[in-house]
Amino acid sequence: MNSRVRTAGGLLLALAIIAAAPQLLGKFAVVLLNDIGLATLVVLGLVLVSGVGGAISFGQAAFVGIAAYATAWLTTTQAVSPWLGLAFALLLTCSCAWLIGAMTMRLGGHYLPLSTIAWGLALPLLFGNIDALGSHSGLGNIPPIHLGAWSLDQDRSMFPLIWLLVLGGGWFAVNLLRSRSGRMMRALRGGEVLLASLGADAYRVRLTLFVLAAAYAAVAGWLYAHAYRFVSPTPFSLHASIEYMFMMVVGGTSQLAGAFLGSAVFMGLDDLLKDVMPRISGRGSEISSLIFALIFLLILQRVPRGLGRPLKRLLGQVRTQRPMPAAAELALPRRELPARGSLLLSIDGVVRRFGGLTAVDRVSFDVRAGEIVGLIGPNGAGKSTLFNLITGALPLTDGKVRFLDAPIAGLPQREIALRGIARTFQHVKLRSNMTLLENVALGAHARSQCGLARGGLRLDRDEEARIAGEAMRQLERIGLADRAHDLAGSLPLGTQRLLEIARALAADPVLIVLDEPAAGLRLVEKEGLISLLDTLRAEGMTVLIVEHDMEFVMNLVDRLVVLNFGSKICEGRPDEVRADPQVQAAYLGSDA
Amino acid sequence: MSALLQVRDLHVAYGQVEAVRGVSLSVPEGHISSVIGPNGAGKTTLLCALMGLLPARGDVYFDGIDLRRFDVEARLELGLCLVPEQRELFGDMTVLDNLILGAHARKLSRSVLRMRLEDAYARFPRLAERRRQRADTLSGGERQMLALSRALMSRPRLLMLDEPSLGLAPLIVREILAEIGRLRGDGLSVLLVEQNARAALRVSSDGYVLENGCVVLSGSADQLSSDARVQRIYLGGS
Amino acid sequence: MNADIALILGADGLAGSAVYLIAGLGLVLIFSVTRVIFVPFGDIAVFAALSLGAMEMGRLPAAIMLIGLFAVIALIMELVELRRDRAWRRLPATLLIWGLAPLLACALAGWATSHGPEGLRVIAAVLLAVPLGPLINRVALQPIAHASVLTLLIAALVLHFLLSGLGLLWFGPEGIRTKASLDGAWVLSEGFSINHQVLLTIAAAFLLAAAFYVGFERTRLGKVLRATASNRTGARLVGIRPRHTALVAHTVAALLAGIVGVLISPVTTIYYDSGLMLGLKAFVAAIIGGLISYPLTALGAVAVGLVESFASFWSGGLKEVIVFGLLIPVLILRSGLTTHADEAEEDEV
Repeated sequence: MNSRVRTAGGLLLALAIIAAAPQLLGKFAVVLLNDIGLATLVVLGLVLVSGVGGAISFGQAAFVGIAAYATAWLTTTQAVSPWLGLAFALLLTCSCAWLIGAMTMRLGGHYLPLSTIAWGLALPLLFGNIDALGSHSGLGNIPPIHLGAWSLDQDRSMFPLIWLLVLGGGWFAVNLLRSRSGRMMRALRGGEVLLASLGADAYRVRLTLFVLAAAYAAVAGWLYAHAYRFVSPTPFSLHASIEYMFMMVVGGTSQLAGAFLGSAVFMGLDDLLKDVMPRISGRGSEISSLIFALIFLLILQRVPRGLGRPLKRLLGQVRTQRPMPAAAELALPRRELPARGSLLLSIDGVVRRFGGLTAVDRVSFDVRAGEIVGLIGPNGAGKSTLFNLITGALPLTDGKVRFLDAPIAGLPQREIALRGIARTFQHVKLRSNMTLLENVALGAHARSQCGLARGGLRLDRDEEARIAGEAMRQLERIGLADRAHDLAGSLPLGTQRLLEIARALAADPVLIVLDEPAAGLRLVEKEGLISLLDTLRAEGMTVLIVEHDMEFVMNLVDRLVVLNFGSKICEGRPDEVRADPQVQAAYLGSDA
Repeated sequence: MSALLQVRDLHVAYGQVEAVRGVSLSVPEGHISSVIGPNGAGKTTLLCALMGLLPARGDVYFDGIDLRRFDVEARLELGLCLVPEQRELFGDMTVLDNLILGAHARKLSRSVLRMRLEDAYARFPRLAERRRQRADTLSGGERQMLALSRALMSRPRLLMLDEPSLGLAPLIVREILAEIGRLRGDGLSVLLVEQNARAALRVSSDGYVLENGCVVLSGSADQLSSDARVQRIYLGGS
Repeated sequence: MNADIALILGADGLAGSAVYLIAGLGLVLIFSVTRVIFVPFGDIAVFAALSLGAMEMGRLPAAIMLIGLFAVIALIMELVELRRDRAWRRLPATLLIWGLAPLLACALAGWATSHGPEGLRVIAAVLLAVPLGPLINRVALQPIAHASVLTLLIAALVLHFLLSGLGLLWFGPEGIRTKASLDGAWVLSEGFSINHQVLLTIAAAFLLAAAFYVGFERTRLGKVLRATASNRTGARLVGIRPRHTALVAHTVAALLAGIVGVLISPVTTIYYDSGLMLGLKAFVAAIIGGLISYPLTALGAVAVGLVESFASFWSGGLKEVIVFGLLIPVLILRSGLTTHADEAEEDEV
């Protein structure tokens, strides 16, 4: 109730400011604020794609340019309404973005930002060379926007439109990041393997973000064209793109509010310097860009995380809590678990070679429903490789793997995850900036559907409640329900491992594969883990554990499979395996 | 016999975990000391910290000198040397180049360099055969030989080896560990970290058993090899 | 297009290729040793060109002020560290590298402004560029050496703006063209001749490429640089200090930048902000070489130069669009060839 009142109050205040400001402020201030608004729109998109999504883009200004030129051309040469120009601009810009993104979003490392520099440079140069677009002199006489009887041909009249769109864009982005799609976008920085293990395709998520950012830039471009009524290539150059990147970094790379903050600081400072410096020195305008660059370097060194973060701390965390479902029947659809004892996973003669080295050499064993199987062996025995073969992270050289009576060898990780195998990671892959609840909710991604649009427009309340309910259920299982809204980064390692298991459980799997869950845990934490896995076994879950810690597995598993030098050397109950001379030789070393 | 390496109450953090918790050990001059223990015990972290690759709390004295202010390259100049678990060879360079670079810290004359190269080839004839081959075309055992020889090119006083037997067939392990045993005769001291307890203890004079970052057992190699507790630590259970 | 025009375009293209090759060598060297994309490379070349222009007009090149400023800052940073580590035995080397060497370069330039034949001025201009590389690295990049890829890229871009801003301030907005070192042309046939300057440029590229090859394969220093590029941890474990190799890489690259600057200044008009385009085009060549292979970078440079030349014939304004537009398929091809292990991506910057 409190937060609703707060939001409504804030909204009314914002609307009042938007209505009143153009009347109260001088022309100069209005123009500056319009510019800040346009920049904020672009940087909002940039925060989404680069800050959250991790795809560094030095080409946003080019998209602004495509939209601006598109609407300019359409409204001047075809004499249509600027609103049609908006549709055209959005369509054209997003199509271009989709094309470019389809080619470049798979690039890794340095290649992605370099590719953005490439088209960020090439596109504006293109504008300057097409006669139909006015070449270097640009296109003028662009008609203003009409709202019914009003003609928005003044800076004062454009102000409310610009800032309403900024508010709307911000609202959409905030909602999006809190929704199902947004959670996956925030998980992008965890890496491709993490997303694949959750049943998502990192490439497609990144591409979606890229096109969305272009859409934001397109709206800004449209507004720009009809506000200034003139377009030329210069405002859309690589230089401008780099400036947008600076604004994002200054405001705090992954903070949405940083978009506004960064733009305001950047443009305000720029304006100030351009005003003040010529009065101080005859060469003032040249010095101002210099001082600007210097201030920038200083900010990069002193406040590397941007100004948004300390500000956020000052204003206090505004944590909105999603409502929990009232009735327990509101739940996500569940899988039926196979009968206990039936054959679940069958590894048959699996081989993996790396060049001349045979890492896994014709290993065969079965896993039956409802049991806990441990895969052990000394360092370098091939356990991790076998693990990656089962989960699809590595392709098999030879052999067969069957799961639920269907072959899975050769399927991508995503597909295997969707079939009901959930996994954890040796080096925990949690998102430390997301809450416990959000991290676990990631696991339920494949069981829900709401996409970008419904997420951004808040039409997903029902499904979100179900997801939250599921996540809470899993949190209760591991005893962390009371800390649901804490950030995951604040947890000790043992608890993080438990949280990863909760995330895996949220996917409603048939088989859970754990990668060295006991590594680095204290005794108390190990006991907690054992008790959780015992409970899961009692409920009918099947678990395959790859582990080094002998003490840990001996007390937990039903069966052990021992590897050494890539081959299986022993299989059986823990006490049988421990007494086996071959196993002893493998671990303690041979006397030969 | 004085201790060449003296470690007291060493604490090393690896990520969020404290991987080494209050470890104390010493390597007497001219001896081979082993640190054995199950995987995840903190053995690799210990060696990296001793070499200066990871920050650590506690005292480390090499030949009486406090190593706190010395970075990796400076410790190398003092006579400390590490052959890491991953070997870290220069894959796209030849065996010969790798060996030459091993002596980088010493700034040797051409004749001394050539002498040391001959020593290396005599020690492992297979390297001589492959001297013009790229290091990443060598087999696992040959890479280990190269990594070891590269470290020996700078004639260190204390050689630290991280799991030299990793991923190697038993015969090669025998060959390499025997060679390590022979190093004692050359005035070298060795700190050997191994998962393969039996082979390590056979060439060592004394050892330490590491479990969960702490030294839980120590003594002469003979004592440890017949101690039943070692088996329990490795294989678990009571 | 007939054979004559094709020949002319080809020759022009190769002249461009030669420049991009030299620059590409420098960029790949810095990247392979330090993993930094050194955007300010072009700006250093521009500084050398503008300094030569200033000297020709009898004015003391303003780059001296920049070097002086950075040298003072670098010396202070180094001395603070020496004091902290109590490593006073490194003092003489420190003073030599960060104090005396830059001073000598400035002194030479100062002398060459008022005296000296053109040849001396050219050498002085190149030598002025040499300390700029390591100084920029020491002052601006080394303190943030462990920052994220994005931060380093942005820092490199900010440096570009800083340097071009200083260029505008000190050298003014007018472009310059210096006197050609070699006049005349080599007449091959009726209607086709190659400028001696162009031949000089191509010869320089060949020589430097050969020197690079010999240097890397035969010298000790070359092995050390290759080792650092091959395996940084391994390099530290044999006693190769990352700072030393970075210093060498930046010094050599700055020398190359200086040479590029004096080679292009007689043929093209250089402005204070020409550095970015130059650097980026050389980058296209370096990317074709995957940022690791020098021979492929050379091939890439030939490709970029020829494409640019023929594209400019087809449409003068669009030539850059074509060159940079082609970068994208190159990146895609390159990325497909190098398998990327799933990089554990950094948490929020």
